[in-house]
Amino acid sequence: MALIVGRSIADELRNGEAVQGRSLWQDARARFFRNRAATTGLVVLFLVGCFALFGQHLAAWSNEDIDWNLLGSVEELGGPNWENGHYFGVDELGRDLFARTVQGTQVSLMVGIVGALVSVVIGTLYGATAGFIGGRVDGAMMRTVDILMSIPYMFVLILMLVVFGRSLLMLFIGIGLISWLDMARIARGQTLSIKNKEFVEAAVATGVRPLTIILRHIVPNLLGVVIVYATLLVPSMIIYESFISFLGLGVQEPNTSWGALINSGASQMQYGTLWQIGFPLFFFVITLFAFFFVGDGLRDALDPKDR
Amino acid sequence: MTLLTVTDLSVSFATNDGTVNAVNNLSFQMGAGDTLAIVGESGSGKSQTAFAIMGLLARNGSATGSVNFDGTEILNLSDSAMNKIRAREIAMIFQDPMTSLNPYMKVSHQMIEVLELHMGMSHREGLTEAIRMLDAVRIPDAANRIGNYPHEFSGGMRQRIMIAMALLCRPRLLIADEPTTALDVTVQDQIMTLLADIQEEFGSAMILITHDLGIVAGACDQTVVMYGGRIMEAGPTAELFATPGHPYTTGLISAIPRLDGDDEVLPTIPGEPPNMLGLPPGCPFNPRCALAREVCTQTMPAAEISGNRLRACHASLEEVA
Amino acid sequence: MSSFIIRRLLIAIPVLLILIVATFLLMYAAPGGPFTSERALPPEVMANIEAKYGLNQPLYVQIWKYVVGVVTQFDFGPSYIYKDQDVNDIIAQGFPVTLTYGFWSFVVAVVVGVSLGVTAAIRHNTWLDYLAVGVSVGAQVLPNFVMAPILVLIFTLWLGWLPGGGWQGGQWEFIIMPVIALSTSFMASIARITRSSMLEVLNANFIRTARAKGLPAHTVIWRHALKPTMLPVISYLGPAFVGMITGSVVIDIYFSTGGIGQFFVNSALNRDYGVMMGVTILTGALTVLFNLVVDVLYAWIDPRIRY
Repeated sequence: MALIVGRSIADELRNGEAVQGRSLWQDARARFFRNRAATTGLVVLFLVGCFALFGQHLAAWSNEDIDWNLLGSVEELGGPNWENGHYFGVDELGRDLFARTVQGTQVSLMVGIVGALVSVVIGTLYGATAGFIGGRVDGAMMRTVDILMSIPYMFVLILMLVVFGRSLLMLFIGIGLISWLDMARIARGQTLSIKNKEFVEAAVATGVRPLTIILRHIVPNLLGVVIVYATLLVPSMIIYESFISFLGLGVQEPNTSWGALINSGASQMQYGTLWQIGFPLFFFVITLFAFFFVGDGLRDALDPKDR
Repeated sequence: MTLLTVTDLSVSFATNDGTVNAVNNLSFQMGAGDTLAIVGESGSGKSQTAFAIMGLLARNGSATGSVNFDGTEILNLSDSAMNKIRAREIAMIFQDPMTSLNPYMKVSHQMIEVLELHMGMSHREGLTEAIRMLDAVRIPDAANRIGNYPHEFSGGMRQRIMIAMALLCRPRLLIADEPTTALDVTVQDQIMTLLADIQEEFGSAMILITHDLGIVAGACDQTVVMYGGRIMEAGPTAELFATPGHPYTTGLISAIPRLDGDDEVLPTIPGEPPNMLGLPPGCPFNPRCALAREVCTQTMPAAEISGNRLRACHASLEEVA
Repeated sequence: MSSFIIRRLLIAIPVLLILIVATFLLMYAAPGGPFTSERALPPEVMANIEAKYGLNQPLYVQIWKYVVGVVTQFDFGPSYIYKDQDVNDIIAQGFPVTLTYGFWSFVVAVVVGVSLGVTAAIRHNTWLDYLAVGVSVGAQVLPNFVMAPILVLIFTLWLGWLPGGGWQGGQWEFIIMPVIALSTSFMASIARITRSSMLEVLNANFIRTARAKGLPAHTVIWRHALKPTMLPVISYLGPAFVGMITGSVVIDIYFSTGGIGQFFVNSALNRDYGVMMGVTILTGALTVLFNLVVDVLYAWIDPRIRY
């Protein structure tokens, strides 16, 4: 018995009130840039990215060379110094910390981004498939995820690194393979709600193949959630990698990463060479902050629930 | 004897996109035992009126004007002072019984806590009284089912529980905010019958808030029609139906589906409910009004009172009829 | 309820068996063992060693013996490196240490996190809220391996208040820093989850009903809002538990507590498969058990969960 409010297109045109619609993405962009923390985060990420990409051209020293002048007296002379070109100082072996930090930033960012990409692709496809097919298949697929989630992944990852050798590639595979589980759950939940929308039913009714429906209709509609989650996944990947490298089980010398740098800095702390832990830690912290802020900003911008 | 006098009530919300005036200069009066309907589409400000009276506005909302309940000013009263009035003097029934009952608490606990708080009853006394009240709203096997959780009841049953819960302290005023909207049509009728019976039995005054003019006819003596946060028309329900004095009322009445009618298309009011962020200047109804003229887009018509009727429209009564 | 618990236990058993077998296979597939050294051992010596540890038997016999040993006698077999100890001795030695500070970390993270989150939500948009949000956002970028050196720098090197490592039978001054380092990031996550969950619950219709009933604010919060607020927090406890077990590795290494993590990393570096398997399986079992507790707790709070 509800009051029915009708409106014909003719009415709309006659009154000339057809509002200029803003698309979802335009709307989201406006909301995102209104969020100052998120915008700052984006700028920071850009700067850190530039540091990783072009830092080595600015470095006066290579990351492998040892400055023999300083080797014996790192504590007194090894600090940040503009004149001898060690902008961030040197580490306990006399290597230039600026160049080392650039290298560590490259590795950590790469692990973070590649790891996040791997897990997002696997997780989204897995979750979308489970949610779309539903029923027993869904039950079995998600039960598998539950089981995998209840395994202490870091131990397994370390196990894998030991068994198959410690390499960057193994680290990528290990981290990526373990971290898709959350994404799978999120994607499945979203798929379940999208699945019952009319456009999917229409696609099913017109006989579109399931795989095409998943890729054409479901995955694009998951994009908002996926982007938000991927942004938040990168910092956790970075944390995983740093964790393993901190234990000495991840990136191996002469390669390095934030975790490895923080570890060696921490072990030298007692000698007062605080720049050794300070600079890597600074980049680690601001990058994580920036990712979290950007992720939160994206979530606020894209998630209609919080509007 | 007047029980509730609302004078110049305005409610506004501070949002990111600017201030929204949900209710503007609303005034009405009701006596003990009276029944009043507030009718309007979504966004007309009818629910916010109820929340303002109860002191339950959202954090970003504020109300001005006056709400006088039985000689006491209760608008913007402190929470602790208001808590003595809520449930005990003025109780409220909410729109959606699915989400308005706490899903994590047994029905018995949700009801007994009211009696313990306001009537000083013991748990045992409260249980007896709560069961009696569930019986009164015709919940079968109330004594056994009171220990259940809300999700174990159907929608209609949950709304009955809401009504029973509101009646526990025998309040003098009952505010029912769209009590049937979330329910099936067959259940709607049962709930309305129940409300009418209960209202008679307990002698409470009742404000019925609805968008459905169809259920007002049998239930309320007085009707207030709201649009865009303003009163369009008010008066005795029967007279309003017989001789609507506002184009909006006319539209609402003609949009009630009739079972005895011919196979015509159900007339509708063209356009959409108002966007409260960007109300048109003048009368808020003017973009959708068939009788709109230039003055309507410039000034809000003043409320004119004749006898027990009130209307706010630039068009004359003859034009509307 | 009891049938629910039994059913969950029955699911847990195959999970654990799979974990044991998978771990064993992973180890078996590993190229090289603890006895593979740069100087090749004479074949007869190698055969002797393999016979001693049962490595010359067919794979299925090895698995079967291992599983039976673990399940019936909690016997995780011998360590390949520590000649005079078997894995059980090592676990018995290290586990109580890890359990002690792990328990306190968990308590601190939950109690402080929930209190912080609830306070922030109740005092939404006041300085208390901003402080709580600031603390929890800040703590998010301070995982255990960052917290540990920072704490040591401040409390050991600068202030000299607390010992920088060791255990000494678990006296309080040796426990404080491990607990803070391990719990901080989880405390922050719990505070964030609690805050946003409570804010959402406080907007729920049934909270409006509770207020309309004239209940005082503290009753509305404690009686009506707290239970639903805790549901997402409880779901997070499972992952938090896994994270803490993982983090304990860093704590054990960095603070030299003699906990189980120290043995784990040492055995990882030395390819001592017996210890690695034992620790992985033990933590896996603990995780499965803990998740069971979480599920039961969840079902107990939410009456809508079907057992």
